[in-house]
Amino acid sequence: MTAAAPSVGVPLPPRPGRAARLGQRFVYYLPAIAVFVGVIGLWELAIRAFDVRAVIVPAPSAIGAALVDNWDAGRWPLFAAARTTLFEAVGGLVIGTTIGLVVAFAVARWANARDAVLPVAVAANAIPIIAIAPIFNAWFGTTNPLSKMMIAALLVFFPVMINVTRGLTQVDPAALELMRSYAASEWAILRKVRVPNALPFFLTALKVATTLSLIGAIVGEYFGGASGVIGRVVVQSASALRFDVTWAAILLGAASGIAFYLIVVALERWLIPWHASVRGEETG
Amino acid sequence: MTDEPGTTASVVRISGVDKQFTAGGRVVTTALSGIDLEIRRGEFVSLIGPSGCGKSTLLRLIGDLTTPSRGSVEVNGKPAHSARLGREYGMVFQAPVLFEWRTVEDNVKLPLELLGVPRAEREERAREMLHLVELDDFSRHHPYQLSGGMQQRVAIARALALQPAILLMDEPFGALDEMTRERMNGEVLRIWQQTGTTIVFVTHSIPEAVFLSTRVVVMSARPGRITKVVDVQLPHPRNDDTREDPRYFEVVTEVREALRAGGGLGGPAGLASEERLAAEGGIG
Repeated sequence: MTAAAPSVGVPLPPRPGRAARLGQRFVYYLPAIAVFVGVIGLWELAIRAFDVRAVIVPAPSAIGAALVDNWDAGRWPLFAAARTTLFEAVGGLVIGTTIGLVVAFAVARWANARDAVLPVAVAANAIPIIAIAPIFNAWFGTTNPLSKMMIAALLVFFPVMINVTRGLTQVDPAALELMRSYAASEWAILRKVRVPNALPFFLTALKVATTLSLIGAIVGEYFGGASGVIGRVVVQSASALRFDVTWAAILLGAASGIAFYLIVVALERWLIPWHASVRGEETG
Repeated sequence: MTDEPGTTASVVRISGVDKQFTAGGRVVTTALSGIDLEIRRGEFVSLIGPSGCGKSTLLRLIGDLTTPSRGSVEVNGKPAHSARLGREYGMVFQAPVLFEWRTVEDNVKLPLELLGVPRAEREERAREMLHLVELDDFSRHHPYQLSGGMQQRVAIARALALQPAILLMDEPFGALDEMTRERMNGEVLRIWQQTGTTIVFVTHSIPEAVFLSTRVVVMSARPGRITKVVDVQLPHPRNDDTREDPRYFEVVTEVREALRAGGGLGGPAGLASEERLAAEGGIG
């Protein structure tokens, strides 16, 4: 990126070598890794020292063992359960994001749409998800994965819609004035100003939405449906007092959420490398 | 700077223009009153006056970013509106208004894209413009990697990309430090002489106005009127020696006195007249 010998202004800082960068990264993450390992170690120690029963809290080693033993065998094959739940979550994410985007563009374009849609959207967002889950199960079929997807979609819709609307409408007035001085069409303004402006807002919403979609799918599963999903495994293993399996399932759900989140972070680096949040420097 | 045969000598012709801002059908502010001004091809005209004198409004009227309440604004012999649709303007605002998602080069290409200029020609023109503002080595940088002065130079390159009939600059260096500002003044003069573009320049710095302009239009506050037009007969090219030329100080003094006479510098005379008006019930 650096041009040859820039004569004026701020030259880009020299880029450190690969090994040096890895080293820097390691030092940066060291405290987090230390805390994580420390907590797991203390947990294990405490369980052994005080002889805590597995029904209350299983030891990390027991959870690890349950994860390995039940990976694709036994009464609760965890890998298949996580895969199915993730499938529902992704489905919900796609549906919710699509509807959220469509509504956001309509709302940003027509003030009438804003007045008509926003109150409904806010009301929909106020519905407790626990309350609506059984109803969605009834509507779309308890055993049909679509019912879980729709619950996830309902959760995902709102943050996507609100954030993208904001990104499309909160444009620097001077930028609009500039476009007007070039007699740019509304379409050109949408393509060249509003959409790029909304991208960081959209990706921020997506980070929240990935986690929400998993929550939606799992909550939907609690209220019934095919077994072999994270939600059912949690309910069934807990009632069978196999809390090691319960914890393993929760761990797997969390891991899916983190993986999901990291995908969005990667997407962000690829799509908006110019944005302050990605540059990680002076914000604003 | 000589007039080509067959073209109108005057680029801007403003006659009998009033501008009032209304709210709920009631006149709230009279921003401009009885403005007549003609700007010839190749001139460098500065508009100067106290804040609130309507100098930016006058610039925006020329650029058809707002419309007069009375009177007419013609650019290149046609109404300002047609001139804007014909993309005859280049605008530079106080903030650079660069799109952070575009590289320097792509920011300069923006107006060319809007006009549908073919890709190869866009490349060529962007390169030329960046050469003109001496940013050849920064074409692939992003705006955040540049200093404020450099960003404003990109904005100037963008404004000149369409080779506009007239360049409108609204306090373009108001946010820069004194040193950078003086350097940018030199840059603008050089660009003006190289391109022969007509420039209208809003500022509230007397030295800046005198150093740059062929004519300085002095305005008074509320309602904004043109109180004096000062011809600046300083030789070209102007440089650091110009700033130490006794004739330069004479013109600076002339402009300062004109401003004071219009109540612009808040001197005793100006204050007294406002107070007297208020006492007589002339205001409000």
